[in-house]
Amino acid sequence: MSQAAPNPPAAPTPTPTPASRPIRFVHRGQVVAVGGLESTTSVLGWLREHAGCTGTKEGCNEGDCGACTVLIGSLQEDGQVGWKPVNSCIQFLPTLDGKALLTVEDLGANGTPHPAQQAMVACHGSQCGFCTPGFVMSMAACRQRQTQVPGDLPATRAAIADALSGNLCRCTGYRPILDAGEQMARQPAPVLGHPGTAAALARLQVDAPLHYAAPTPFHAPRSLADLAALRAAKPQARLLAGSTDIGLWVNKQFRDLGEVIYLGQVAELKTIAVADGQLHIGAGASLEAAWAALAAHWPTTREMGLRFASPPVRAAGTMGGNVANGSPIGDSAPVLIALGASIVLRHGPHQRRMLLQDFYIDYMKNHLQPGEFVEAIRVPLPGPADVLRVYKLSKRYDCDISGLSAGLWLQLQGGTVEQARLAFGGLAGIVKRAAGAEAAIVGKPWNAVNVQAAMAAMDSDFSPMSDQRASASYRQRAARNLLQRLWLETRADAPLTTRDVSVWSAA
Amino acid sequence: MNKPVGPYLSNDATRAQLGQRVGISRPHESAHLHVAGTAPYTDDLPELAGTLHCALGLSPVAHGRLLGIDLATLRAQPGVVAVFTAHDIPGPNDCGPIVRDDPILAEWGNAGNVRHVGQPVFAVVAISRDAARRAAALAKQVLTIDPLPAVLTALEAHALQHYVVPPMHLARGDAASALAAAPHRLQGSFSLGGQEQFYLEGQISYAIPQEDGGLLLHCSTQHPSEMQQLVAHAMGLASHQVQVQCRRMGGGFGGKESQSALFACVAALAARTLQRPVKLRPDRDDDMLITGRRHGFEFTYDVGYDAAGRVLGVSVDMVTNAGHSADLSPPVMTRALCHFDNAYWLPHVAMRGYCARTNTQSNTAFRGFGGPQGALAIEVILDSIARQLGHDPLAVRQANFYGTTANNVTPYAQVVDDNIITPLVAQLAQHCGYAARRTAIATFNASSSVLKRGLALTPVKFGISFNVAHFNQAGALVHVYADGSVLVNHGGTEMGQGLNTKVAQVVAHELGLDFDRVRVTATDTQKVANTSATAASTGADLNGKAAQDAARQVRQRLATFWAGQVGVDAATVQFANGQVSSGGQQIAFNSLVAQAYGARVQLWSDGFYATPGLHWNRETLKGKPFFYFAYGAACAEVVVDTLTGEHKVLRADVLHDVGRSLNPAIDIGQVEGAFIQGMGWLTMEELHWHPMDGSRHAGKLLTHAPSTYKIPTANDCPAHFDVRLYDGDNPADTIHRSKAVGEPPLLLPFSVLLAIRDAISATGGHRVDPPLRAPATPEAVLDALDAVRLATACSPA
Repeated sequence: MSQAAPNPPAAPTPTPTPASRPIRFVHRGQVVAVGGLESTTSVLGWLREHAGCTGTKEGCNEGDCGACTVLIGSLQEDGQVGWKPVNSCIQFLPTLDGKALLTVEDLGANGTPHPAQQAMVACHGSQCGFCTPGFVMSMAACRQRQTQVPGDLPATRAAIADALSGNLCRCTGYRPILDAGEQMARQPAPVLGHPGTAAALARLQVDAPLHYAAPTPFHAPRSLADLAALRAAKPQARLLAGSTDIGLWVNKQFRDLGEVIYLGQVAELKTIAVADGQLHIGAGASLEAAWAALAAHWPTTREMGLRFASPPVRAAGTMGGNVANGSPIGDSAPVLIALGASIVLRHGPHQRRMLLQDFYIDYMKNHLQPGEFVEAIRVPLPGPADVLRVYKLSKRYDCDISGLSAGLWLQLQGGTVEQARLAFGGLAGIVKRAAGAEAAIVGKPWNAVNVQAAMAAMDSDFSPMSDQRASASYRQRAARNLLQRLWLETRADAPLTTRDVSVWSAA
Repeated sequence: MNKPVGPYLSNDATRAQLGQRVGISRPHESAHLHVAGTAPYTDDLPELAGTLHCALGLSPVAHGRLLGIDLATLRAQPGVVAVFTAHDIPGPNDCGPIVRDDPILAEWGNAGNVRHVGQPVFAVVAISRDAARRAAALAKQVLTIDPLPAVLTALEAHALQHYVVPPMHLARGDAASALAAAPHRLQGSFSLGGQEQFYLEGQISYAIPQEDGGLLLHCSTQHPSEMQQLVAHAMGLASHQVQVQCRRMGGGFGGKESQSALFACVAALAARTLQRPVKLRPDRDDDMLITGRRHGFEFTYDVGYDAAGRVLGVSVDMVTNAGHSADLSPPVMTRALCHFDNAYWLPHVAMRGYCARTNTQSNTAFRGFGGPQGALAIEVILDSIARQLGHDPLAVRQANFYGTTANNVTPYAQVVDDNIITPLVAQLAQHCGYAARRTAIATFNASSSVLKRGLALTPVKFGISFNVAHFNQAGALVHVYADGSVLVNHGGTEMGQGLNTKVAQVVAHELGLDFDRVRVTATDTQKVANTSATAASTGADLNGKAAQDAARQVRQRLATFWAGQVGVDAATVQFANGQVSSGGQQIAFNSLVAQAYGARVQLWSDGFYATPGLHWNRETLKGKPFFYFAYGAACAEVVVDTLTGEHKVLRADVLHDVGRSLNPAIDIGQVEGAFIQGMGWLTMEELHWHPMDGSRHAGKLLTHAPSTYKIPTANDCPAHFDVRLYDGDNPADTIHRSKAVGEPPLLLPFSVLLAIRDAISATGGHRVDPPLRAPATPEAVLDALDAVRLATACSPA
């Protein structure tokens, strides 16, 4: 429990703003205290413009190219430092509070380059070199993750490609970089960061929760109760989780965030657990953790979890944020709605729950009340008759906003569709279920005729728009065809395997 | 799995021991700096005290009369120091490389107009980049624009006959008669999208006032001399008052050939006026909204052919989207016309090229420079001919290949005297098991209802040299210091392609030194004057020869000096492995240099090279524009989802001709990089402008950031990616008999697009020609699939 936090009030009342203190984090083994900068200063901006560290590059300023990838270290329960990659261009500096920052300049130790750096030279993995710092940081993160897998088995080429899916290279065509990744994966993993990092991080843990006075005041409560109270007291404040979207509002649109409440320091919000036959995903759980948990119970969601976003975005972003943001092209919602997930909302000490499908009202509008926030997502566990397929259509396999995506759930009993939830993203102003298509199959035999009826009904279920991702016509035709794919995969007679219907599984 | 470059590396130790420094896969000269983050790019240079930052205010309107700018509002913004408009430019308001039609900042007032969404209208200079960007973002509020009708597409502009230069014609023989007499005839069209360079390092210029009115610019550019000339032109200065430097770029791909000029000119204007250092680094979104890219093309054709698929006559119209100004569109179209033949003998051909003026960014150089567009058209045509005849497309291609003694003259009248396409393609076809896989794929497709596979093997022939003969020249300086270390400077620029590495290898080879004794320094207009752009794949050809010339002069002086000292014939003196020797005598290079310095021998030299034998008539489009041709071929196999239009490249095999490679690892890197880049162009990289519907986004490029414009990632690299170099010398006397490698391999992934076409075609039993446009996005593929299914359903089997 922090000292500065007020007790949770029963109703929103003005809260005295706790004393401001500098942002404190560990860089090069030393605790750095930063004050006087706007809270929306990016980690990249601080590195390049204030710390004189220009090794980390700005390629796009929106978290899509990976040139700015750095590692953020946290003190783990075992006293070691755990590192995760993030896009420093869309991370606000105060989110570093209590963490450690590692950049390309400091990746090697005692004059010895990291195996990723050595392998990139040996394999001719750099040409223009501008993306290279980001690549070696992602590779180092990949090598570090390997050590957490029992046996420290070398990462496969496919796993390395996934680890690098957020890093764009325009020169090499990636073959030598993947070679370098494999070469690195066979080398011993060095300990990352300055030797003093863990000790310095330990010292930071006694700091009071961060309240940082700036034109955009920044609050980082550490407990759920503190968060709830602060939120109730500041209903106008902007909630910030992974900043994978809000970072762009600042960088690209110069939007004024007002006052920011950061969710990333609230440990309770990161909880993932199974309780009461449901998977509980705390709103602050990273996308990486949330999709992994989902895939553990619903294996057909695994590919979506990988394609959803790059490792740095998966490390920073949260499923709660994706759901609360409520974009019609967010990829979580179709899957969660298909699974019948509910959303747990909190206001002060009060919780309420609703089905996620009921949460969305209209384009970027939802049922969150002033002072309320998303606390968790709860997903029913699979039953024996449940069938789930998850499809994403985009121009690029990795890290591309969907033209459309689908979560298709059926309960099949003896050849009959007992229940169905066919949820689509990208076809309307919100993610929603195909009511007509569902009606065409529920309570009826799961057969080609009824599937055809469902496909026909899709045209009246949705009137999609045309934009840079896809035309209305494509969205409509492809959505219909995805029902066809679902049928081919799940029909009782000679069902096709994923290898038969997905180019991504074909070998 | 894709193949390491091991086979090429294994000989390196032997070669090196023999004193060779070329033909060796040494790492990129900056690789150790790249991986450590210690290779400085322009934005990484320490900023001088007092540096100001500039941002550009962009037109929110696609076309209109620019009546006014509320400068007072801009000047009142926090941190703003100054605001510049077209009226502040001392010289001509133009940065066009050929035609003087490219305003630096939009003209406003009486004759004012804006020509595309994103056109720079004003420049804000402020104490921080953030302050400058925030003020510049007020463009919508501060500009008074009277909108005019806008044209966004090449075909609309073509219908209105709006061109940036007059139409071009290139013809040989009598295409009309040949078409009329041909036993088979086919008409069709093909639509090909443009492509964003997406250099990872965006455009940037940092201008610093110098004494006596001079300017120094650090500029990320492929063409420092042109930046120097255009800045001098716009500022009313002489070229000797402007110095431009570039140590390295974070990628260029043609996007920093002419279009770095606008940023250089604006930074120069602000720095010169304010007498403060000024940096201009546009945000990625602004970069993509301001600058142009690879030209999209629309082709319509009429081809006559015989029963073997041999082209007897062909007529083609090429309409390209030039954008709002000429920029490099005329030579891009020239190269497109000169590459429509690709590897094929076209006895009677008539080509017309139209550079359509639209209200979009001005399209510019991008790796291949029109060549890929022109060549892809004939590949699509031959693919369609094969389907009409029921022949294997490879057989039709082979039937049309240029001969070696007959049928070997291009439509622009150059004799193809180095043709190796027939053996090269045969070697690849055999190596990749083309025939057997063709059968296996047919079997797969017969039993697979949803997924269909496709296969294609396509050739490349690409002309090397600038079409304009006088650009084919280069200079270099080689300094041997008294301690025996060597510094090289040349007119080429390093953008990742390994030019500096290759040039250093050439110099190390001439002087018999280890690589660590030779350094290459930043390109600098104060060192080598009047350089050409590092473009047209010519970097190593031109600058390697120039550096070799310089190094040979120093070597000759050293040899003569030492021969005189020890009494041997200077012609017998060898330089290898740090030693100078003749007969039984030997001296360390360093010792000889020290002695030579003491004896007042000139230990530095300039070098020069001009490619011999080139001539070109711009009016008739005939001549010998190319010193030689580079060849290659690729075979790609894909799988297509007939329900969604998604596809995946399963395998790609490449055999590519780089002559006698100066550095096999670097050359393979160029081939692989070009393959994936070209694959991106043809499959996923889609440009989308918001239609002119009266909304606030009308005419805006919506794919102006990597969130919406998708270039390939590591997962798009085929699991089986086998890239090999064709073994052989360049018959032309190039630097160590190597060949240029930058652009030609960009044509290799034609195989991917045509393999997708093949897979789509399989849904209709290969009876219907798939109307597939590029890029082959899932939507483009599904459209083609649906068209094939419809046509198949409507016609009897």
